[in-house]
Amino acid sequence: MTTETVISVRDLWKVFGHKAELVPRSDELKALSRRELIERTGCTAAVREVSFDVAPGEVFVVMGLSGSGKSTLVRCLTRLVEPTAGQVVFEGEDILGAGKRRLRELRRHKFSMVFQNFGLLPYRQVIDNVAYGLEIRGATKTQRLRRAREVIELVGLEGYEHSFPDQLSGGMQQRVGLARALAVDPDVLYFDEPFSALDPLIRRDMQNEVIRLHREVGKTMVFITHDLSEALRLGDRILIMRDGRQVQCGTGDELVGAPADDYVRDFVRDVPRASVLTLRWVMREPRPDDVLDGPELGPDVIVRDAVRTVLAADRPVKVVRDGTLLGVVTAEEILTVVTDVEAAA
Amino acid sequence: MPSLVKDRRRLNRPVLVGAVLAAWVLIWIPTRGLDTLGLSPADLTPLHHWLNDVNDTVGANRNSSPFFLYFVNEIRAAVDSFVTFLQDLIAQPSYGRPVPVLGWLGVVAVVAYLSWAFAGWKPAVLAAAGFVFFGLQGLWEESMDTLALTLGAVVISLLIGIPLGIWAGLSDRFHRLVTPVLDFMQTMPTFVYLAPLTLLFLIGPASATIATLIYAMPPAIRLTAHGIRSVPRSAVEATESLGATGWQKLTGVLLPLSKRTIVLGVNQTIMAALSMVTIAALIDAPGLGKTVIKALQTLDVGTAFNAGLAIVVMAVVLDRVTTAAGDRARRTGRPSRFRRPLLAVFAVAAGVCCYLSYTYFWAAEFPDDVSIGSDLSKGADAVARWAQEDLSTATEALKNAVTYALLNPLEALLVQSPWWLVGAVAVLLAVLLGGVRAAITTAVCVALLIGAGLWQDSMTTLAMTIVATVMVMLLGVLFGVWMGRNRLADRIVRPVLDAGQTMPAFVYLVPFLALFSATRFTAIVAAVVFAAPVAIKIVADGVRAIPAATAEAATAAGSSAWQMITKVQLPMARSSLTLAANQGLIYVLSMVVVGGLVGAGALGYDVVAGFSQGQLYGKGLAAGAAIVVLGIMLDRIARASSPSKGSNHP
Repeated sequence: MTTETVISVRDLWKVFGHKAELVPRSDELKALSRRELIERTGCTAAVREVSFDVAPGEVFVVMGLSGSGKSTLVRCLTRLVEPTAGQVVFEGEDILGAGKRRLRELRRHKFSMVFQNFGLLPYRQVIDNVAYGLEIRGATKTQRLRRAREVIELVGLEGYEHSFPDQLSGGMQQRVGLARALAVDPDVLYFDEPFSALDPLIRRDMQNEVIRLHREVGKTMVFITHDLSEALRLGDRILIMRDGRQVQCGTGDELVGAPADDYVRDFVRDVPRASVLTLRWVMREPRPDDVLDGPELGPDVIVRDAVRTVLAADRPVKVVRDGTLLGVVTAEEILTVVTDVEAAA
Repeated sequence: MPSLVKDRRRLNRPVLVGAVLAAWVLIWIPTRGLDTLGLSPADLTPLHHWLNDVNDTVGANRNSSPFFLYFVNEIRAAVDSFVTFLQDLIAQPSYGRPVPVLGWLGVVAVVAYLSWAFAGWKPAVLAAAGFVFFGLQGLWEESMDTLALTLGAVVISLLIGIPLGIWAGLSDRFHRLVTPVLDFMQTMPTFVYLAPLTLLFLIGPASATIATLIYAMPPAIRLTAHGIRSVPRSAVEATESLGATGWQKLTGVLLPLSKRTIVLGVNQTIMAALSMVTIAALIDAPGLGKTVIKALQTLDVGTAFNAGLAIVVMAVVLDRVTTAAGDRARRTGRPSRFRRPLLAVFAVAAGVCCYLSYTYFWAAEFPDDVSIGSDLSKGADAVARWAQEDLSTATEALKNAVTYALLNPLEALLVQSPWWLVGAVAVLLAVLLGGVRAAITTAVCVALLIGAGLWQDSMTTLAMTIVATVMVMLLGVLFGVWMGRNRLADRIVRPVLDAGQTMPAFVYLVPFLALFSATRFTAIVAAVVFAAPVAIKIVADGVRAIPAATAEAATAAGSSAWQMITKVQLPMARSSLTLAANQGLIYVLSMVVVGGLVGAGALGYDVVAGFSQGQLYGKGLAAGAAIVVLGIMLDRIARASSPSKGSNHP
């Protein structure tokens, strides 16, 4: 990860309450659990000491149950909620130090957000909702309508330009929200549980839409969700939060393969492991009696995709990267995963 | 056995209240007539003299003290010129012309045009018909005076109120600061705003407008703030996340999304202003109110009816037009493509009508020969005479029953008790019902009533208020339960109640003056009719809010309708009943005071007399204060005795 980062968060705190700014400064208070902190000071710590980096073009997912602080975290990144302490460096600039005017500039040009409840303006037609961000930053009417038509087409809403939001289904309303965020052509898109209010089938559609858009426009995305399968589908990397703290941050197979604690383990228990884990997580050391002239596979091949090869081979499959033998996989390891017997950690 | 202990404590309260009341009556018998602090209508206390002196001093310094020269007089002059301008425009002969700038044709055309543009076809037709009706009644000039004053007050109210409302919507601190002030302002009877204002602004249209705008502003502030506060958080956040400035947020999201609520605030402001403008006739505001008051004072039912009807029509027109405008503000959707051209065409037509009414006498002065006003008056007179002669057995019976069975005994008890006895009873009741804080408030209020020198008048007013409130609650429970249990009844009765609530307070006096002539009872009946709608609606909503499952369970257990009402619906709606009593009390008090105009006497009379007779000015001012104190005392006791939400579910 030595490549440049778009967003770099360090020791971010958000504490609600009276004299909240004292909490991150005191080592004693910092160590308290959430409940103890409320009892001691009356303050609620929504986000506690969170640090992570997001690389350009990455889809970074923050996942946690309700009350885990994930929505507050994403609002801190855009300063819709003012962080209590820490650093949020956006393209090399600490935005916590940005003045009002600079912050507006950033919001108008650099990042935009998609909300759980859409946040559409009911008295404006779809096209005016989509063009709203451009209107705010002072684009001329022809410019913004042209751009709005482009993004409306991009999210598949052609023909609905002149409808009003309440005439559209939930999924379509969120497409409008998505188009509004895309219209200003930001570097980063923030999603705050955008699909939680939608039916499961529509949710799947919209997830595919995000995957497609990500392929087409290649934006960096920070995505908040409480749904693990959504996180695994979309996320290049996933940050798991609990009670305001980050519990683990890593790729999907890292979370499933090496959960940091019982909380994460509990979380990922029901994940179909075969479609998340890669061979790296299931391979074993070659034993002296192994015959090492079987087929070769890379360590990042997903177990599900390796099943056929491994089962067809009559000898162990070698896991090889750059000519180096990392380990071997046999039918036994594969079947353990596929039948979902929990691997002893 | 904790539940038994709890039950006993509950039982104790009504028993103790009963004991206090019984003790009162027992002590009353021997002490009757002692220390009653009576004061005859023409007598004054030192406080009243002092207030008179204050008034004289203020009068003498009106043109020398800097406070008046640079502040009060400036406000008065500004408001006065604004109102005069409006009157010149539509009501009074002006600019050397024998008629106002806009004659009847112009006004009707402009009103119809604006109603159509903001509210739609039906309200526009209603508005045009209503305004033509004023002309037919022979009350064109008076109606326009009332309209000009109302509009003047409304415009200033909104200019101040909407920005304050926006501020209260945006700032929590200001909202916390302003809410109790607004609560307090809205519990005050319209009447009491008048007296102190005359001290500063003299009598006349300017001070009437100022009193009106003070009375009419709270709903504008309150509803604007409420509208802004209830804009969905997500829409605001979305706008912020796009980098909107504060101004863009306000104009792009907050105001458009709270438009409907703000229009509702405008509606309430207009209705409150109309109500107050008519009452402000007491301090010499021109218009329909003046006609009504003059007629009431000479017991001329016909004229009062004619002018009262005009007030009702104006209230209906203003209410319908602004309500329809509010409904339209909610609708999203593209306007039809004919709208723009039609707007232009009708604008030109209205302009032509204005020009005609400016130029030609027939379009300026409403023609006399088509007047139906005198017929209306005569008809009303005839009905009143018939009612007084042929219905008198029934009305007299009702009047006497209430007067002798309820009013006289209660009044005797309150008025003839020594002041210390009534005071002690009031404080004890406050302790029992509300607790120590309510008791302290009550003690302070009793002391203030004595200090105002109007103890006996206050007690008379209190007796009338209590009797009327009891009647309001009877009606409230009767109709409220009926409406709560029966959807059809609710659908039929509710619009009537809604319409009743939009009427200015004192048009209610007119029909009852016809039925019962000028007595205390007339004021009581008017107060009951004025206050009943709000009580009925609250009770009906309370009964309706009972969970269906509870009612179903009771039915399944085999309850009869009567058992259902007495054992389930009324007990569960108890907090609504207390709220209804509280609101009913405030409404009744404000009307009983207005009843001073039709022979109800007491505090209301003191206030009215204070406006008309210089030497009674101080007493009138003190009476206004006494009404406020009485209102606060009743409100506090009623509020403190209302059960908290939790105690409803033992």
